[in-house]
Amino acid sequence: MTALALQLLQMVLVLAAAPLLTGVVRKVKARLVGRRGPSPLQPYRDLLRLLRKEAVVAENASWLFRVAPYLVFAALWLAASLVPTFTTGLLLQPTADLIALVALLASARFMTALAGLDIGTSFGGIGSSRDMMIASLAEPAMLLVIFTVSIVAGSTALASVADYMREAEVGLRVSLAMALVALIMVALAENARIPVDNPATHLELTMVHEAMVLEYSGRHLALIEAAAMLKLLFYISLIACIFAPWGLAAPGEGAAVAAFALTAWSAKLLLGAIALAVLETSIAKMRVFRVSEFLGGALLLGLLAVIFLYVSRGI
Amino acid sequence: MKDLYFDTAHMLGAAVLLLSFALLFQRRLSGVINTFAAQAVVLAMAAAWQGFVQGAPHLYITALVALVFKAVAIPVALHRIVRLLMIHRTVETALSIGLTMVVGVALVTLAILLVLPVTSDSAALTRENLALALSVVLLGLLTMITRRNAVTQVIGFMSLENGLILAAVGVSGMPLVVEMSVAFAVMVAFIIFGIFFFQIRERFDTLDLHYLESFRGERS
Repeated sequence: MTALALQLLQMVLVLAAAPLLTGVVRKVKARLVGRRGPSPLQPYRDLLRLLRKEAVVAENASWLFRVAPYLVFAALWLAASLVPTFTTGLLLQPTADLIALVALLASARFMTALAGLDIGTSFGGIGSSRDMMIASLAEPAMLLVIFTVSIVAGSTALASVADYMREAEVGLRVSLAMALVALIMVALAENARIPVDNPATHLELTMVHEAMVLEYSGRHLALIEAAAMLKLLFYISLIACIFAPWGLAAPGEGAAVAAFALTAWSAKLLLGAIALAVLETSIAKMRVFRVSEFLGGALLLGLLAVIFLYVSRGI
Repeated sequence: MKDLYFDTAHMLGAAVLLLSFALLFQRRLSGVINTFAAQAVVLAMAAAWQGFVQGAPHLYITALVALVFKAVAIPVALHRIVRLLMIHRTVETALSIGLTMVVGVALVTLAILLVLPVTSDSAALTRENLALALSVVLLGLLTMITRRNAVTQVIGFMSLENGLILAAVGVSGMPLVVEMSVAFAVMVAFIIFGIFFFQIRERFDTLDLHYLESFRGERS
């Protein structure tokens, strides 16, 4: 019963926190470049405004174009609610397998890319093909990171990985450090963040994610944007859950522990948002054709992490 | 606590290895020089940490030598040379970056495969340390092979020497005399290289060693 309640709480929490997280990242970025920036609550207002607006759909759009936002949103909401953010005692925890999470993200990306192609505009096509190119490199890197983590922890279930990292004397591992760097690079690429894509551009030839969803409006756009915000929250929570699981409440612990765990999670999200904003303001966007080198670097780090597992101690 | 000591040492070793990869990844000459300086800083930290863990004060001198010469003096001098010769443009690569990276990973695997059977009866810690150091040496060689520019080749040579020092500081009981002589050998080599840069440049109007091949009769 508590597991169900916690699961529902988590689903509401991630949905409620995701726009705030994006708002904080934007605010910190604006402050770093010397602007005042909109309030961190602005993404909520944007989403509400979009939800109230009429959805305009192109004449030649098929049913696929209309269902894609719902599927993408559902997949990402599910993924974000599966990650143990503040407690490992969630109802759906047995399904929170790292490989299943990758599959959820991949199906969301697949739907977005199909929707981008469906409408038949050149921008959508460019966006979809570029996004697939990025995915073809980001996913192997992600899988290598998962291999490293699960070989160390002995499981691909996220809850057991978090428990292992928190309780066992893992120490500083070369492999895990490489895996962390690789996962951060993958997260930057997957969230269309600065060295790979610029989340703030509209109508530019270099954009990737925005190009795919250019034709969306109204509630469809609101869902797509909310899905993107959930994805950012998902990645920060995932990194925190695997590499910094401190403060996570175990199942059966009291309300005070859970409350502390919630505070710890908020602190981790805030730290992640600030780190992301600092990173984004300190580097420039890459040319699209250099993205393969960037993600190739992530792939290489993941591979090195797996290789080094076999020479390090305790395996 | 002992675990943490060795883990930190390995983290620093791995950081040196990653900076070797970064060296392969860089295209611009100034970026290559800066990456090399960063590698020397991490190497100095690794040496100082080993000195602290092993209780061997002479390793602090090794760290200081690495910090002063390789992290400050040589990069500053190289920056000066690059500015004097006006070649702060893009580095040309003989192989593409992606291919270089794949070869780099293959070399790291080779280093591990080589080290594992040789040191099968020693501790896992020594093994990992030697594997890291040998990988850095091989990646330094790879940098020398894949780059055509004389400055980058020199940096490849120096990063190879960083790998040697990394191996040396990991083994306890390495006499200081050996390290000092290696450091001075590199210093002398650097001075000779510096003279050569200007000589090559004066003769051929370029530092691209590709042009030298026709004079050796390798290409018509």
